[in-house]
Amino acid sequence: MSERENIFTRIREALTVKAHAHHGATLPTTAEHRAVLPAVGATTAEQVALFTKNASDLRANFQPVTDTAALTAALIALRDAEKWRRVAVHPGALAQPQVAALGVPTLVADGTATKEELGQCDAGITECDALVAQTGSVLVTSRSAGGRALSCLPPHHIVIARRAQVVADLPAAFALLAQKYGGNYPSMISFITGPSRTGDIERILVLGAHGPKQLSIFLLD
Amino acid sequence: MTAPAAQFTLDARRVAPDTRHRGIIQTAMGKYEVVRDQRKLWFQDWQGARNLAARTKFAAVNQLDTHLAEFAKNLEARGTKIHWASNAEQARSIILGILKAKNAKVVVKSKAMTSEEIHLNDAMETAGCEVVESDLGEYIVQLRQEPPYHLVFPAMHLTRGEIQKTFQDKLLDAPTDNPEDLTMVARRVLRQKYIQADVGITGANFAIAETGMISITENEGNARLTAALPKTMITLVGIEKVLPRLADLALFLPMLAVMGTGQALTCYNTLYGGPRQPGEADGPEEYHVVLLDNQRTTLLADAEQRDALGCIRCGACLNVCPIFRNVGGHTYGTVYGGPIGSVITPHLRGLQDWKHLSFASSLCGACTETCPVKIDLHHHLLQNRRNAFAPATGKPSWWQKTAFKLFAPVANSPALWSLTTKLGRFGQIFHGLVKGSALDPAQAWTKTREVAPIAKQSFREWMKERES
Ligand code: SF4
Repeated sequence: MSERENIFTRIREALTVKAHAHHGATLPTTAEHRAVLPAVGATTAEQVALFTKNASDLRANFQPVTDTAALTAALIALRDAEKWRRVAVHPGALAQPQVAALGVPTLVADGTATKEELGQCDAGITECDALVAQTGSVLVTSRSAGGRALSCLPPHHIVIARRAQVVADLPAAFALLAQKYGGNYPSMISFITGPSRTGDIERILVLGAHGPKQLSIFLLD
Repeated sequence: MTAPAAQFTLDARRVAPDTRHRGIIQTAMGKYEVVRDQRKLWFQDWQGARNLAARTKFAAVNQLDTHLAEFAKNLEARGTKIHWASNAEQARSIILGILKAKNAKVVVKSKAMTSEEIHLNDAMETAGCEVVESDLGEYIVQLRQEPPYHLVFPAMHLTRGEIQKTFQDKLLDAPTDNPEDLTMVARRVLRQKYIQADVGITGANFAIAETGMISITENEGNARLTAALPKTMITLVGIEKVLPRLADLALFLPMLAVMGTGQALTCYNTLYGGPRQPGEADGPEEYHVVLLDNQRTTLLADAEQRDALGCIRCGACLNVCPIFRNVGGHTYGTVYGGPIGSVITPHLRGLQDWKHLSFASSLCGACTETCPVKIDLHHHLLQNRRNAFAPATGKPSWWQKTAFKLFAPVANSPALWSLTTKLGRFGQIFHGLVKGSALDPAQAWTKTREVAPIAKQSFREWMKERES
């Protein structure tokens, strides 16, 4: 017998004795999840307001911008403030056109860059799949964020999102994933909730443990 | 006494009176409690959420065969290689086999309690690999050659000064004892390792049957880099970690964060469904998932305690446990400490050797009350006590038998009972003379503890007086 069969045999044998379901045995519905999870307002305005508050609690930099020109100006300001010498960008319609104006060498995360090169970039610019108001999270996948490393290796992760991408809560985010990718999911899906952090030394919060020290989220109207 | 029990007693005696240790734990827990309680209030209905979580885990664990088969099938369909390991030795040899095939020199790891369970690091080092733990807390205890202290906070027993000293000794780099500076030292060292590593090894918090994905919860980004940069990725996961549906995470991710660290959501909650797919920019060329039984099916066979397999390793029961807080994480001598460790270790490693853990409890029930998936922890401790002395498995000692033979008639007769308490009250007057000394018959208890005085008036006496 293969080890797989051995394990399954033991599981099936063990389960012949039924356990008592003290708290019920059926899988909860989405409505049941929503009834217990943190409350979120129904309108987009409320959700954006909640996202703004969560992002600030998480020490992420959240900035609504009116149009792409304002976005470009904001990115240039960041470039100057942080003295970027090199950036990497997700090859998407929203993100890629932004880097030309930055006037610094750019790496396109399309599979041609090495990890060493990516590791030398000052910022990684990506798009996202959704912004989750309930938790202040950015939902990225390997398809919306230039693979796995771009949103994690450079010290500053910049996300460009559209207002229409704001979703209310976690159940909505999972529904969106199923609808968008069902049957052919990206190999990595990540809920990014604030810049990287650790509390491993005396439970004192330090930002930028291994991932980005800074997370900036630009919301296009 | 068995060797693990003797060691436990020895270590507990050493740690419990250590006020410095207690201070460190109290401070860390104090901070945690405040944020955890705030976050519970953030939920519309925390108790309701616990019920839903318990229900979900019941469905998952009690149809484990179905969910596990679905999980494996879906993951395999997207190019992941699944391995099955009945025990620690098999799991080690599977992983060593992959390392050998890849000619791996440097292995970078993110936190995985399962890897502690199978002593993976030792095996990989013996095989000639450099193994680097990438979670900051794990990295610190690895440098100190210690096991992790706690499920969620591996280095919570150390002060910044001790960590600075460790870095100075082992890395020759630690300018100050400022937590931020120390974190940046580790960041610099580990950056290089991610890039050099041939293989990345991770644990898993959940395994999603519906979509064939592994879910990893972390704050630092170390697991994300471990899963992004090396050419080969391995995930070692216990078979009990399955959740039926992707959407179940909408409940479990925030609950794990609230109980684990007092956050709304940990910084990175990431799902992996295979190696790099066509059209993706990066990611490992090969992805291996090793599914580990290692006596989990023994626990599954115990219908009474089966719910313990639903544990999400949030560490909340450790944090509230008066025993854990007094004896500390290392005293348990087990991979999984605290109440959940005391419950499951006898199943994983043998009841007779590990039954003492179930006795090291005040049965206060704080663990059961806090557990987000409603595992009936303190009753399971009682059941372990019962099972340890069930006729089939063990027998009480002569003094236990004698004690109960004497106790039974006293407890059964109101007259004898009242006489005994009166004698006790009288005897207690003189107890002070010998308390805690070798002459004290209750020395084992009184040496380190105060004895509560027997009430001046019994309930029955009080009732009688009231009625008259
Ligand atoms: S038993 Fe419950 S409280 Fe303890 S670690 Fe597991 S899930 Fe958390």
